[in-house]
Amino acid sequence: MAEIELRQVEKKFGELHAVKPLDLTINNGEFIVLLGPSGCGKTTTLRMISGLETVTGGTILLDGKNITWLHPSERDIAFVFQLYALYPHLSVRQNIAFPLQAEGESRDLINKRVDEVVEVLQIQHLLKARPGKLSGGDQQRVALARALVRRPAAFLMDEPLGALDADFRESMRAEIKRLHIDQNATSVYVTHDQVEAMALGDRIVVMSEAVIQQVGTPNEVYYKPANIFVANFIGSPGMNLVQGVYSDGAVKMPGMDNRYEVPEDWENTLKQSLDDSDGLIVGFRPESAAVAQDGNLVGNVYAVDMHGAYSMLHINMNEHDIVHIRADRMVNYSIGEDIRFNVDPQMVRFFNPASELAITRREVE
Amino acid sequence: MSDLELRNITKQFPGVKALDNVSFEVKNGEFFVLLGPTGAGKTTTLRCIAGLSKPEAGSVLFDGELVNELTPADRDVAFVFQQYSLYPTMSVYDNLAFPLRSPMRKVDEENIRVQIVQTAEILQITPLLERKCAHLSGGEMQRVSLGRAIVRDPRIYLMDEPLSNLDAKLRESLRVELQHIQKTQESTTLFVTHDQIEALTMADRIAVLNKGRIIQIGTPDDIYDRPATTFVAELVGTPRINLVKAVRENGNLLVKNSKLKISLPEDWDPPADFLLGVRPEDIKPNPEGEFEGELTLMEPLGVETILHLTSGEQTLISLIPGMTDFKIGENIKFDINQERLYCFDNKGISLLC
Repeated sequence: MAEIELRQVEKKFGELHAVKPLDLTINNGEFIVLLGPSGCGKTTTLRMISGLETVTGGTILLDGKNITWLHPSERDIAFVFQLYALYPHLSVRQNIAFPLQAEGESRDLINKRVDEVVEVLQIQHLLKARPGKLSGGDQQRVALARALVRRPAAFLMDEPLGALDADFRESMRAEIKRLHIDQNATSVYVTHDQVEAMALGDRIVVMSEAVIQQVGTPNEVYYKPANIFVANFIGSPGMNLVQGVYSDGAVKMPGMDNRYEVPEDWENTLKQSLDDSDGLIVGFRPESAAVAQDGNLVGNVYAVDMHGAYSMLHINMNEHDIVHIRADRMVNYSIGEDIRFNVDPQMVRFFNPASELAITRREVE
Repeated sequence: MSDLELRNITKQFPGVKALDNVSFEVKNGEFFVLLGPTGAGKTTTLRCIAGLSKPEAGSVLFDGELVNELTPADRDVAFVFQQYSLYPTMSVYDNLAFPLRSPMRKVDEENIRVQIVQTAEILQITPLLERKCAHLSGGEMQRVSLGRAIVRDPRIYLMDEPLSNLDAKLRESLRVELQHIQKTQESTTLFVTHDQIEALTMADRIAVLNKGRIIQIGTPDDIYDRPATTFVAELVGTPRINLVKAVRENGNLLVKNSKLKISLPEDWDPPADFLLGVRPEDIKPNPEGEFEGELTLMEPLGVETILHLTSGEQTLISLIPGMTDFKIGENIKFDINQERLYCFDNKGISLLC
């Protein structure tokens, strides 16, 4: 069990700032996901926690103890890599036992620990096999077992599912979550896949351009994104973001007669937050809008697609903005057709176009 | 633009039958998707159509005419690959002009310009025309690759996983764009992918291919709602369909190793032992629900939440809209939409089709 604290931790590669000074506390037993596109600094952050990468500045604490300059092997942290990194010439049993042997543990203890961990992961039947003979999913289970067997204070995982097929990824994702619920080990997990992040994380750390954009529960990053980057990055497709101009309780948007009436409980906040340009970005999730004959927003159908359980309407509001609306499976629209829709006033969000930050609603006094 | 037909195509590689008696027809203006896992024979099929590979048996017909003996150039198909094959030192304009400047075509420069301007507008790459390809982003390069195929107005477009090297957000937006362009241009397109979402969202019809054989051909609705085999049922839909062993007993079906007992749908006549399929979105929590299970795992995805409901030793996956307040370990009552159950024999063949 462990609490990890990062204080003003940063990393420079020559001129390049891979991670700008960041603060983050990972609580004991928590599953934290570092999420972002490639090059955002998430893997570098993870590698600094593990000790595989030195920091350029800042302090890393494990349970209050400064581990910033400890060797990786002295940190009591286990690392699961994207590629399985198993020894091909050793059996599964030997692979799993390896870290304990390296630490000079007794044979009895090693056997006991290996037996326990293979039961948790249900890979007893694979013990005699060589890694090369296993499926991708089983290799990943063995890699997890090898990390688990050490009973480290914390687990670090770098895109462990990245190399797997889509359906395997789905079931391994559930297994990792199950494992975390059972073992409750402090875990830091890196991915670029927002679905994985949402499904696994107790909290998600969204990163972009070497900076933390938001730290929050899946619920928070989804419903209350801190800025435009998070709003767009989380969700598939991301949040619809349409820029307009605010005046007299409504946002006028380009294209046809698009005038979005702001919910009353937002009016005061918006009046106080706007700058001289009165520019405002209206944000809503695809499932927070609905087609309605008397809808106050309008566009024409750009494309309609079937996703199995539902359909997605892609609506062209003007030459810049195609918005996405989740709809019933059986809808029938043709391309070019005009379509009206409404946005759920409870679910709408507003952003400042200049700062790209979310505007937080102030409660009416 | 023209119809394409494959009749009984067989292609042998040393030790494997890459294609085994493959037949299908692509109609004029149709967006036809070949869907299957790695090694299914998708790319081999495309290569046989383009003339890059010669089948041992069977015929390829364009507009009803046999083209088996024609060279790739004479077949007049446009190929879009997963890896963009652009000339990095040339401008976007020159890359688009390249196929038109081929000595075989003899298009004059004025006409080339007109066609490129049109194509660039469709793909929204007009501002990029003077740029060198080496300076483009991945998404821009794939757009230019598409442009180079479109500019020629070929008989048919053959696309081999053109979106799979792009990041998720870009893939999403190009998918929508590609679908819009194909629908408005009515270009006959054969699109190969292993991604079920691409297939469901873009296709007029899908052919599911596995181990060199066609398993099913149908509209996205057919493939999703009426899968011919468990292979097809599991290939489309996320999360995956629940497939559980069931037995028939006195007008009910019992899910093995669980307490789930479902009344047999009226028009069903399954054998004593069979496989029951239930899509995750057809399992809905309901305080008055007929069934009960323990919530053993929960995966919130934002737009929806995946619930793992366990009854006995059997776990069913349920997909519900939005976020929930359920707690792991809770007992949850739920309904199963009995009008949307699937039934397969023990070999995985649908008993409903």
